[in-house]
Amino acid sequence: MAEIVSLAEAVERAIHDGDAVAMEGFTHLIPFAAGQEVIRQRRRNLTLIRMTPDLIYDQLIGAGCARKLIFSWGGNPGVGSLHRFRDAVEHSWPVPLEIEEHSHAGMANRYVAGASGIPFAVLRGYNGTGLETLNGDDGSVPTIKPISCPFTGETLTAVSALRPDVAVIHAQRADRTGNVQLWGITGVQKEAVLASARSVVTVEEIVDELDPRPGAVVLPGWTVTFVAQARDGAHPSYALGYSVRDNDYYVAWDAIARDRETFTRWLDELYAGRS
Amino acid sequence: MTYTADEMMTVSAARALRDGMTCFVGIGLPSSAANLARATHAPSLVLIYESGTIGAKPDRLPLSIGDGMLAETADAVVSVPEIFNYWLQPGRIDVGFLGAAQIDKFGNINTTVIGGDYGNPKVRLPGAGGAPEIAASCREVIVVVRQNHRSFVERVDFVTSVGYGSGRTDRERLGLTGAGPKKIITDLGVLEPDPETLEFTLTGLYPGVSASAAKERTGWDLAIAADPEIIAAPTPAELDALRRFQGTQARSHQL
Repeated sequence: MAEIVSLAEAVERAIHDGDAVAMEGFTHLIPFAAGQEVIRQRRRNLTLIRMTPDLIYDQLIGAGCARKLIFSWGGNPGVGSLHRFRDAVEHSWPVPLEIEEHSHAGMANRYVAGASGIPFAVLRGYNGTGLETLNGDDGSVPTIKPISCPFTGETLTAVSALRPDVAVIHAQRADRTGNVQLWGITGVQKEAVLASARSVVTVEEIVDELDPRPGAVVLPGWTVTFVAQARDGAHPSYALGYSVRDNDYYVAWDAIARDRETFTRWLDELYAGRS
Repeated sequence: MTYTADEMMTVSAARALRDGMTCFVGIGLPSSAANLARATHAPSLVLIYESGTIGAKPDRLPLSIGDGMLAETADAVVSVPEIFNYWLQPGRIDVGFLGAAQIDKFGNINTTVIGGDYGNPKVRLPGAGGAPEIAASCREVIVVVRQNHRSFVERVDFVTSVGYGSGRTDRERLGLTGAGPKKIITDLGVLEPDPETLEFTLTGLYPGVSASAAKERTGWDLAIAADPEIIAAPTPAELDALRRFQGTQARSHQL
């Protein structure tokens, strides 16, 4: 059964230097508060996994928390580039960042394979793309290989399962036994939690009873390691029913992240508890 | 009414959508075009966003695919694995809109890296997102991209999404089930694949744009149709609907 603890304690106990950490939330319910707590606790050498690394991953990468990024689309949605991500890939600042990239379908299916306890998933869309060539020939761990259908002989692509050490997500609510409920655009959060060895779920509120919601995903408390209340924990992203995207933050981030000095000032403020 | 090149491009993209189609939409110009089509000639257009919202009916332009309005107005909201596996991959969706940082004469698209080599690129772009599967599996694809020497290149630096590969038989050989890119809509006009070679050929120009200007802004030796169509300027009704929508993005900022 999930333990209900503070966010600081959840991060302290669940996430360790060198872990593979998947913070998911497909443009909705992005776990910003948890990600920034990881920065504050100065975790290092993380392998960060996320389909859509956006601002929170730009912040983690700029702060030097990551040595590797596994992803499918890295940008500031509706605004532009992730400057800290680009600086790390293009100029190894503040530390070199290893890349492992897929398409959205590839990443989603890798989580499904991890959640299903099988070693790979199969899909069609990689045929003929450059992604096919990123198959470990450069010495990296291969995660993409052609596979022949045993029934029809058709050539498809196998992508290896994702099995993160920790999944981190933000949800609308949990009850006092740690059952978690999220609704609206639920993305790949369920698969990320079930694929991972441990999980941290931040929630807007903890309630006595979870009344049913249309289209909600419920993660039973026994599939979750830690639940922590973090009101506005998805800010500046959306939390349907609680808050909408703070677009000014996304736009302001572009200017902050563009320059190492302004970013470093932002980071100092975060460490000092002022941002 | 005067209009900008981007407005002409958006209107041109909207006109490419027929009523009743199912359309896989990304944020930015494709979302503006699809919503414009739904507000004008295609009220039954089915908008599908990769965040899993099927049949979304936004009354303003969403800021991102995570906008709650998309979920609240959708016929169905499904998970991300489901949208790609059950809806996109089997070829259920009529048309997919794609953008590009680079595109070549066979409609192959790069949104991954530019310059240097893959491990040490000059410019790191956002990456694939949903594009490879949209390119592979939508019944047809429409690419919307501004035309210039940086974007229209002889050879893309990385094939993120496959158009016609290196020509005629490649899609079939690769097992890609969709028909591939049917149109490239730019800020100068429209390109369509030659029926024989599948090389993209200029078939339409916006009012006041010359074929030589389009040729000049293309990084390969652009083929030009015998008599390129002059595409009609945006109508006042189209411009009015588009500007009304664009005004709503400011409203989305404040919500």
